[in-house]
Amino acid sequence: MAFEAVLLRRSSGATALEVPVGLKEYRADGGYEGLEKALSVGPEEVIEEVKASGLRGRGGAGFPAAVKWSFIPKSDNKPKYLVCNADESEPGTFKDRLLIETDPHQLIEGCAICCYAVGAHTCYIYIRGEYVRQAEILETAIRQAYDAGVLGDSVLKSGFKLDMRVHRGAGAYICGEETGMLESLEGRRGQPRVKPPFPAIVGAFGAPTVINNVETLCNVPHIMTRGADWFSEIGTDERNTGPKLYCISGHVERPGVYEFPIGVTLNGLLEAAGGVLGGRPLKAFIPGGASAPILSAEQSHVPMDFDSLAKAGSMLGSAAVVVMDDTTCLVRAVYRLAKFFAHESCGQCTPCREGTNWSQMVLGRIESGNGRPEDPELLLRMTGNMSGTALCALSDACVGPVRSLVQNFRPEIEEHITSGRCPLPYRSVFGKTAGTGH
Amino acid sequence: MSEIKDTRPALPPLPDDVRSAITELRRHYPTEEALLLPALHFAQKHWGGWLPEEAILGVADELNLAPAKVFGVITFYDLFHQSPVGRHRVRVCTNLSCALRGGNEILEAVKKHLNVAENEVSADGRCSVVGFECLGACEQAPMMMVDDDYHPHLTPDSASRILEELD
Ligand SMILES: Cc1cc2nc3c(=O)[nH]c(=O)nc-3n(C[C@H](O)[C@H](O)[C@H](O)COP(=O)(O)O)c2cc1C
Ligand code: SF4
Ligand code: FES
Repeated sequence: MAFEAVLLRRSSGATALEVPVGLKEYRADGGYEGLEKALSVGPEEVIEEVKASGLRGRGGAGFPAAVKWSFIPKSDNKPKYLVCNADESEPGTFKDRLLIETDPHQLIEGCAICCYAVGAHTCYIYIRGEYVRQAEILETAIRQAYDAGVLGDSVLKSGFKLDMRVHRGAGAYICGEETGMLESLEGRRGQPRVKPPFPAIVGAFGAPTVINNVETLCNVPHIMTRGADWFSEIGTDERNTGPKLYCISGHVERPGVYEFPIGVTLNGLLEAAGGVLGGRPLKAFIPGGASAPILSAEQSHVPMDFDSLAKAGSMLGSAAVVVMDDTTCLVRAVYRLAKFFAHESCGQCTPCREGTNWSQMVLGRIESGNGRPEDPELLLRMTGNMSGTALCALSDACVGPVRSLVQNFRPEIEEHITSGRCPLPYRSVFGKTAGTGH
Repeated sequence: MSEIKDTRPALPPLPDDVRSAITELRRHYPTEEALLLPALHFAQKHWGGWLPEEAILGVADELNLAPAKVFGVITFYDLFHQSPVGRHRVRVCTNLSCALRGGNEILEAVKKHLNVAENEVSADGRCSVVGFECLGACEQAPMMMVDDDYHPHLTPDSASRILEELD
């Protein structure tokens, strides 16, 4: 049976800044019926249904959504919050942007259902500062929802009160990390907090808080209308269920967001996206954003779900697939990523602050022909010290690509070192002029 | 005991548009501090893309926060600027997906076209440019952001043309 797109059903998968789906259109297509259903069955049932669907977080870590919701204390007298993570700064990722641009009410409905399930009366959608137009689209849609009585003092006449706000970030990858985001929301530098306590107990403004990714929440209305069974039958197995958005970019004919049952292989995805750019051979790919270890072409048959990719030594992360053809210098590619992490480290933890900078420095010297014979081992030792030694997962995120370069592509590093130069021919698609990255 | 006198010159009040935008938001947040990022966005917009000292001190005063705290926040975020920028802010993505498709060449072309280095303002005050991290639009690579808009699928020529058309 052919898979029918769910999350992108109202969009063509292309950017649609000018014509997002409006409230009328959304309702005509069955929109907000999931919210109506939720309001009629009650919070406990909503959590049970989402739990039974097996929905796991789409923001990177893959934590079961409803399990997180069930951690929120039931007491009714304290405020609770939902903070929707629309920070989307993981290099290679652009699915949340598309979801917001094309179908903002789908996200608003998902947020509303989640708030109802956990008893939160305030929802902040924390959106990265660069998404100015997208924030405007969301604000317009939220206004429509207020005017139609979908949000406000009595959501769809249920008596449930809900306030929803778009909160803009200001350019910092670390504000995608959930506690960095809370710090930022509260008006501070986005430096992650020590956990525990977890946000479900002490989150935004000291109150119990759910944090979920945009795509995670967009799945929720569909689970309510179509049922947990429908959802859990899609995907690889009972631990990897539902439809999934894959962002594919880099050396590919038709880069974009593609919706598949979770667990499509790179080969399957490439087929939909027109293959490697110019029909060139595939060299390597990143399956899950800049933090994911890089895989070689031989692994293009691995199902891209949480567990299969973990078994293959990488991760699904944000499902940002970056394709690199045979002319790509992987040392340069990973150098660029290390530079990103060095720029984005918030600086609180020594292993992360120093390690990301050292990674960038050592990879830079290898790429420029000044590598030393001991450098591959140095990179392994350094990244070893960066693993599990820091406050948040950014340190490990840098380890992902760097270690995989040494482990999966060591001959390429050694060739750089022994020949004293980059062995790959200059190609304009990945030029010699590295930007400073701001 | 004699009182310690604050000898700093009095601050000019925050402009009305900034102040009223902040006031409008108050009822949506449980703390004053949480208004800081929105307030800085409003102020930066009012002051043409950057935050002069009077803007920073004005916001600190309005929200009852220590100025040092506000400076600390500003320096943390890439989108807040403490020194003058061009009338148009150009951010060229040079992260991996864009780089694979020529993002660095776009940055070079833009710098050459404007005859500036990164973070410099062009002689006519029109533009400042910076190489930027992934802007979340990698399917549009190579791409850049000019003020609040994204420009997809650039070539060095098309990027220069976009800059030509700015006022
Ligand atoms: C450095 C770092 C950056 C992150 N960036 C994002 C992001 O941009 N968007 C996102 O949804 N999650 C991001 N996460 C994951 C969040 O911390 C959190 O796990 C997620 O938002 C939870 O939502 P989910 O359970 O629905 O996936 C990031 C994590 C780390 C460590
Ligand atoms: S691991 Fe890095 S980014 Fe995370 S808190 Fe520590 S220094 Fe900051
Ligand atoms: S790498 Fe350029 S927008 Fe993502």
